[in-house]
Amino acid sequence: MALRATHRDAGRSTVVDLSGKITLGEGSALLRKTVRGLLDDKRTHIVLNLADVDYIDSSGIGELVSAYTTVKGRGGDLKLLHLTKKVHDLLQLTKLYTVFDVYSEESAALSSFQ
Amino acid sequence: MGTDPKHLEVTLETQVESVNLAEEMCLRVAEAAGFGEDDCYKIGMSVREGVINAFHYGNQERPEKKIHLAVDLTGDKMIIHVLDEGTGFTLADVPDPLAEENLLSTSGRGIFLMRAFMDEFEVMPGRTGGAEIVMAKKLPLQKNPGANGKGSQGATPPQGA
Repeated sequence: MALRATHRDAGRSTVVDLSGKITLGEGSALLRKTVRGLLDDKRTHIVLNLADVDYIDSSGIGELVSAYTTVKGRGGDLKLLHLTKKVHDLLQLTKLYTVFDVYSEESAALSSFQ
Repeated sequence: MGTDPKHLEVTLETQVESVNLAEEMCLRVAEAAGFGEDDCYKIGMSVREGVINAFHYGNQERPEKKIHLAVDLTGDKMIIHVLDEGTGFTLADVPDPLAEENLLSTSGRGIFLMRAFMDEFEVMPGRTGGAEIVMAKKLPLQKNPGANGKGSQGATPPQGA
């Protein structure tokens, strides 16, 4: 399933609800475009809600890392929310679970930006 | 015992769409061979990563080059070959994506994932001068053609080896 992305503001933060696959091609490109669009709008506190993302390939992993470093580079922060088991296992396998801040509750992810 | 090996091969264009096509094709073979959902996910991901590697690193995304994909079902395993038309590479030269200095790299995890998800993995010089990735997954025991004598129905190839 192609990736879909919608976003909603929550105070100073923005939650991006993603669904589908983050893979080479359109999925990775949409994630990149969405995050860069938010940064252009000065939305630098971003939560990626991955509840409906059950497939990420190495290109998608790279795009998540790119999003993380780009947001950090703009003085903001990027958190991950609601990992599916496959995505959780993939981030553990690649040791990225130790890099990203991962949350299972949206309220906790939002309050972490203090 | 004695089940005929099955062989399937296709030549793919160097384009993004080939990644999905290769994954879907191999998933059908894997499902027909009796692999469960988790193994199918790992096989599909590995094929995907192998073709991405050929598309991006091997063929440098040059459309005049081809990607050669072959799948063999033997009595005990599914073997996948991904051959590109690049200049080849040596596994030892591939940076470790788990090294601290590479954790934030935006690329370089494909080989790692293939090694993690498959039972066998190697890279050898290809007949076209590029790299040939060869990876295999052992067939699940309950569906092992050598054990039940029925073979892998549905995985019959369109062409011979």
